[in-house]
Amino acid sequence: MVKIVEKRQLTPITKLYRVKAPLIAKAARAGQFVIVRVREGGERIPLTITDYDRESGLLTIVVQEVGATTRRLGELGVGDEILDMVGPLGEAPDIPRGGHIVGIGGGYGSAALLCLMRELKNRGEQTTIIMGAREKALLILSDELNEVCDHVEICTDDGSAGFKGFVTERLQQMIDGGPPGRPDFVIAIGPMPMMRAVEKTTRAAGIATTASLDPLMIDGTGMCGGCRVTVGGEVRFACVDGPFFDAHEVDFDEAVSRSKMYVKQEHMAAACQRSAAGAA
Amino acid sequence: MPVKRADKTPMPVREAGLRAHDFKEVNEGYCFSHAMFEAERCLRCQDPVCIEGCPVRVPIADFMHAIAAGDMPKAAEILRTANPLAAICGRVCPQEAQCEMQCHMTKRFGPVAIGHLERYVSDWEMQQPMSGEAATPWRDEKIAIVGSGPSGLVCAGELARMGYHVTVYEALHAPGGVLRYGIPEFRLPNSILDWEIASLERLGVEFVNNVIIGKTLTMEQLFGEMGYAAVFIGTGAGLPKFMGIPGESLNGVYSANEFLTRINLMQAFEFPRAETPLSVGKRVAVIGSGNTAMDAVRSALRLGAEKAMVVYRRSENEMTARIEEYHHAIEEGVEFHWLTNPIEVLGKDGWVTGLKCLRMELGEPDESGRARPVPIEGSEFIFPVDNVVLSIGTRPNPLLSRATPELKTHSWGGLLVDERQVETTVHRVYAGGDAVTGAATVILAAGAGKRAAEAIHADLSADRARAGRAAG
Repeated sequence: MVKIVEKRQLTPITKLYRVKAPLIAKAARAGQFVIVRVREGGERIPLTITDYDRESGLLTIVVQEVGATTRRLGELGVGDEILDMVGPLGEAPDIPRGGHIVGIGGGYGSAALLCLMRELKNRGEQTTIIMGAREKALLILSDELNEVCDHVEICTDDGSAGFKGFVTERLQQMIDGGPPGRPDFVIAIGPMPMMRAVEKTTRAAGIATTASLDPLMIDGTGMCGGCRVTVGGEVRFACVDGPFFDAHEVDFDEAVSRSKMYVKQEHMAAACQRSAAGAA
Repeated sequence: MPVKRADKTPMPVREAGLRAHDFKEVNEGYCFSHAMFEAERCLRCQDPVCIEGCPVRVPIADFMHAIAAGDMPKAAEILRTANPLAAICGRVCPQEAQCEMQCHMTKRFGPVAIGHLERYVSDWEMQQPMSGEAATPWRDEKIAIVGSGPSGLVCAGELARMGYHVTVYEALHAPGGVLRYGIPEFRLPNSILDWEIASLERLGVEFVNNVIIGKTLTMEQLFGEMGYAAVFIGTGAGLPKFMGIPGESLNGVYSANEFLTRINLMQAFEFPRAETPLSVGKRVAVIGSGNTAMDAVRSALRLGAEKAMVVYRRSENEMTARIEEYHHAIEEGVEFHWLTNPIEVLGKDGWVTGLKCLRMELGEPDESGRARPVPIEGSEFIFPVDNVVLSIGTRPNPLLSRATPELKTHSWGGLLVDERQVETTVHRVYAGGDAVTGAATVILAAGAGKRAAEAIHADLSADRARAGRAAG
C-alpha cells in the first residue's frame, strides 16, 4: 500500500500525485517507471516516474485518465492508498554527453521530462524542452519544467500559448538554425503519433533521437513479453530493455497496432464503469 | 480378488463436457475408502524402489503404511518432512516418470497411485485446524529469499523451522511465482497455494510483495543496511522464448507466460469484473507440448475457443507434458497436430488470421537423443486461427544477474553454483530451482530449496563457530 500525500489537478483529466514510496524513491533514476494496481481485480499499468526525492521518500507520478484504471486512480485523494506499486522499472536512458539536448514532451508526456532534464542540466548539458498540447489549458508543469532546463518552448495547436503549431514545426525551426539552436540529441516522450513525427523530422536532419515507449505491460520484469517492440529488426522488451529506444530504429507501425489490441475491451470496461457509477 | 491384484484406483474427475467451460479443479480427489484401498495395493517391498524415483526421496513406503493403518497424522508428518509442498506436488509432479515408474506393480496392474495418495494426505492435512502457537524466529541471523516460487517457499520454510528470521521478496503483487501465475486453477487451485503460504507465515516467515531485488533493492543493500546474513535466489525461469518466425508480434499472439498470467494472476476470465482483458478468438493454436502448453490450450477452451489445438513439430512420443494432462486435454476436446512445424504467423490489419505450417517426419536422433523432425517438402499448409500461443520454453530471468555483475551465469542464463549445487559466485548468496537448472519441475525446485536451506544453516553455523572461537 502506497499513501498519497499530495494531489494536484493539472488539467481536467490529468492529475499529479506525490506518494510515500521510500524504497522506490531511493532507487529511482530519471526515465524509469513504476507499475501500479489500484484495487483487487484491477489491471497492472505502467506509469512514468515524474520526480523523486530520496530524502523524503516521496515519488511524483502524473496520471492522465484514459482508461478504467487511470480513472479509478484519478478518484483517489490525499490520504488514500494505492493498492500496489512496484519499481523502479526499466533502464534510465543513455544520453550522450555534451551538446544541445532537446526534450520533446507531448501532452502529459511532458511530465516525464521533469527529472530527466534536471539531471541533464545538473550534468552540465545545454538543455531545451519543447512541450506541446492542443491548447493552453492542457499544458502541464510548465513552471516546473522552466526551472529544470535552459529554455522551454511552448507549442499549442490553436496558438493559445506560445508557438502556434506542432512541436515538430518548432523543432524544424531549431534544426534550421533558429534559437535556441540546432539540437545534437533529441528525447521524445509523448503520444505515439508525436514521437513518430519527431523521429521523421530528426531522421531527415541526422540527429540521434531516443523515444520512450509505453506499450501494454503486465509484470514489468520481462516475464510476459506483452510489451515486445521491434527495434532495428530485433524483438525487445520495453519493460527490461527500455522504455527508451533509438527512435529511428523503432517499428512504430507495429507499436501503434499493438497499442490498440484491447480497444474493444477498454470500451466495454468503460461502459461497465459508467453503469456502476450510475447505479451508485 | 485380492487387493494387490487390482488395477490402480482411478482418480474421480469432473465430467469433461462440464469442466471444459470453467476453471474449477478437474480432479476431485480420492475419498477415504479410495485411499485405504489404494494404499493396500502397495506391495510392502523389502527394498522399496519407488523412493529412488523421487527427486526429494519421500519415504513413500512409510507413508503408504501409515495410510493403510489409518494413521493420517503420521502419513502427513512423513510427507511434509520430506516434501513441504506435498499438496502441490501430489497434483503437478510427473509421477509416471518418477516414483510410479519404479513401482513393482507397474508392469502387471499399474502402479500404486502414489501421486493421488500424496494429494489425499495433504488435502486431509489442510482440513485440520492449524495447531499450536505461531512460531517466532529465535536465531539472530536474518535471511532474504528472492522469489516466492516453489524453491523459495521450501527454502523459507526449512530455514524458519531452524529458527531463522526469513523474509521472502516477491516482484508481483501476490506470492507463489509460477504456482500463482503459471499453473491454472483447474489443475492447482489458488486456495492450496494460499494455505501453504499461510502455514509458512505461522512459522514466522514474512512475505513482502512488490519488491524486485535488483531494482527496488540491490543485493548490496540486503547484506549492508538491511543486515541479512544470507540470500537465496529462487527467481525461476520466467523469460519466455519466441520462435523468431514472421508475424510473432501480430495482435493475438501471446507467449504462454502472458496468456496464463492474464488468466491466473490477473483473473482475465472474469473480465470485465476483473479489469485485465484477454483476447481469445474462436480458434486457438498453442505451439509446444509441455505442461504449460496443455495449461494454455485447456484455458483457451475454457475461455470460449471452439477449436483449441496443440501444434508440435515432434510426435506424441516426444511430448513432455504429464500424461494425465494430455488425457484430460483429449477428453475436453483439444486437437493435437503432431509433426507439424509452424513457420509463419499470418495476419491482416495487424491481427492474426492463420498459422502457416510444414508437415514433418521423424529422422535420425538429434543431440537430445530424440528423433529429429525433418520437413516434408511441399507440405506447407495453413491453419486458420485467431490466436497463437507460444509455449516453447522459458529461460532464467537476467534481471538480477544484470544488476549484480558478480553473480556469474552460464551463457544460457542459468546461475553458476558451487560443487554443492547451492552457493553462487557471490559469498553467502545461494540459488536453486529453475534459476539454476533452467525450466524444470516443481519437485526439483523444492528439492533445491531444501538443499540450499541445509547449506545455509551449515555455513552460518560454521561462521558462528568461527566468530565464537575468535571472541573466545
